[in-house]
Amino acid sequence: MRLISMQNSVPVSDDLHYRPVAKRARGSGKIAGRALVLLASLGFMLVLLIQILHTTGAMTAGFSDWRPILIAYLVWAIAFGVGQVLTRGEHGQRALFLLPAVFFTVAVVIFPTIFGIYIASLDWNLSSIEGPRFSGFDNVRGMLNDTYYWNALGNMVFYTAAVLGEYAIAFGLALLLSAEIRARKFFRVVFLLPMMLSPVAVSWMIGKSLMEYRFGPAATLARYLGWDNPAFFASPWMARFSIQAMDAWVSIPFIMIILLAGLQAMPKEVQEAAKVDGANGWQSFWHVTFPIMLPVSITVLIIRIIFKLKLADLVINVTAGGPGGATDTVSSFIYRVYRDRSNVGYGTALAMVYLLMIIVLLTVLLRLSKRWTQKVV
Amino acid sequence: MTRSTLALSSIRRRSAAPRAKRTLSRVLIYAALLFWTIICLFPIYWTVTTSFKSAVDVTQAHLVPWVDFQPDWKGWRSLGLSPDTLFGTSTARSEFMNRFVNSIITSVGASLLALILGSLAAYGLSRFRYKFAWMRNDDILFFFMSQLIVPPVVLALPFLVLYKALALLDTRLGLVLLYTLTVLPIVIWIMRDQFNAIPIELDEAAFVDGLSTWGAFLRIILPLAVPGMMAAFILSLVLCWNEYFLAALLTSTDAKTLPVMVASQTGSQGINWWSMAALSTAAIAPLVLVGIFLERYIVSGLTTGAGK
Repeated sequence: MRLISMQNSVPVSDDLHYRPVAKRARGSGKIAGRALVLLASLGFMLVLLIQILHTTGAMTAGFSDWRPILIAYLVWAIAFGVGQVLTRGEHGQRALFLLPAVFFTVAVVIFPTIFGIYIASLDWNLSSIEGPRFSGFDNVRGMLNDTYYWNALGNMVFYTAAVLGEYAIAFGLALLLSAEIRARKFFRVVFLLPMMLSPVAVSWMIGKSLMEYRFGPAATLARYLGWDNPAFFASPWMARFSIQAMDAWVSIPFIMIILLAGLQAMPKEVQEAAKVDGANGWQSFWHVTFPIMLPVSITVLIIRIIFKLKLADLVINVTAGGPGGATDTVSSFIYRVYRDRSNVGYGTALAMVYLLMIIVLLTVLLRLSKRWTQKVV
Repeated sequence: MTRSTLALSSIRRRSAAPRAKRTLSRVLIYAALLFWTIICLFPIYWTVTTSFKSAVDVTQAHLVPWVDFQPDWKGWRSLGLSPDTLFGTSTARSEFMNRFVNSIITSVGASLLALILGSLAAYGLSRFRYKFAWMRNDDILFFFMSQLIVPPVVLALPFLVLYKALALLDTRLGLVLLYTLTVLPIVIWIMRDQFNAIPIELDEAAFVDGLSTWGAFLRIILPLAVPGMMAAFILSLVLCWNEYFLAALLTSTDAKTLPVMVASQTGSQGINWWSMAALSTAAIAPLVLVGIFLERYIVSGLTTGAGK
């Protein structure tokens, strides 16, 4: 939102007043710039053509791998930037701020995604001798009958719903930290620490050693508390909850910090007014604090869901999807499709369908959240 | 401070019952704080102490060093990092150091690259109006932010094939490029906020003084944005250091990072607890230190990134 107001305050004509000289590039510069871009584009096309002909076998001259294409792209991007400055002067200089990030993103996301859609339509197993073979929608058809994939999607529903639980705990912790306590800084650092740990290390520290059946401290504690058979990863639901608990341990600090910032930005008068009106702690939370925090809460929940949908490393390292696929996430399942079966085509198709689902889900969520936050504010 | 003393004096005037209630709530608050402190710290404590235990101490769940068990450099010796093996040659240590250096190079490299690309784009988006086909500033920002929702698994397999062709498979450069991509949206988000908070009048004053667009950015605005850049950099560093999924798929021998090494050790059967614990400790130690000493940058990065 602030972006828009900021922009309006930027006078477009500012450089007209202060730097009339630098405004327009001179005619010769314009021609040189156009020529440079044209030349660079031709060079890039030439390198690309040589390599394509070489790979298809039509030509013997060429490069051993495609890396020169990458360098050619880089050179082309630089030439394009210089050309912008030469042809468009001041406006070209401004475009130069944005161009590196745009070129990078296009090269690293847009192109691979389009390439991925192509791979998804192939019947391509890296371990088989025959190469990729076009198969159209066969992979998607196979997906519809793949119970493991649907099972993984079902698990994702559970994991995503569990974000609400993480949110509740994080809100409680944020309230604790915003209360009048001593050593607040100490507690804040300690509560933040789990976020810093790599999920892979956590999967050993907690999943494989603390929760170890024979002599992990968590299992010992559970026995002491009266659970005779503390197998955290044996039954499907227990395993799912254990994975979720570990993920919550790592990610609660993130939610907590953002909620804490929201609580601290809240005007103190509002709470004091509620106190004067005779509201007790619980009432003032539900009727004052919680509604005020709703926009922040929705933002943090959506960000958290985005990250939750990427969950993979804990599952891969602790249970490898077991028992019987009960803890599988979509990412960990596709990881195994690739690792165990080298099935690149099918795995990519699954991932593409997953991406589509995520886009639909998040579009719906953003629409809904816009309505909710507008109602409150 | 003044508020709490005020509240205290007003309570003192009343009867004893609210005071008892207040004490009770104090006790409950501190109990809850203590409880969560234990939950946060115990796994770390357990891992660090286990790296000094022998088999018997592990199986009998001994917890307190010197009281319960006699600490020994066992886990660290297996990594070649204990005092007595530190100066000798050790294949375990050279492998570990190799992974460690890989992790540092990839995460620092990716964070720096993302910081450069992201700061430039964020400054442009905060100061100028762009028009590219139908896309305006907000659309361009949305285009960058939308990269955040792409799960690594979608990119991993196309990249596997592409990198093979580009000879970037199992190279640090390949990982740096991908990691830059994953943190770029976050950097742009934080830095745009940072630049928006710097008044536009400063740019205008720089123009009056005869600086060009880039001169104003590099000499006037960028130095003011250093705290935000620190926050963005450290947050990216945390994310890249801990990344496992892409590294596991795209590296095999040369560019393996620390998380991949930890994961491959957990997978193998019969690995000793103490050496696993030492390895985990070494893998988490850098970021634990970052968390303790640079906590305020992480907090400010997160809160500008998401709290708006």
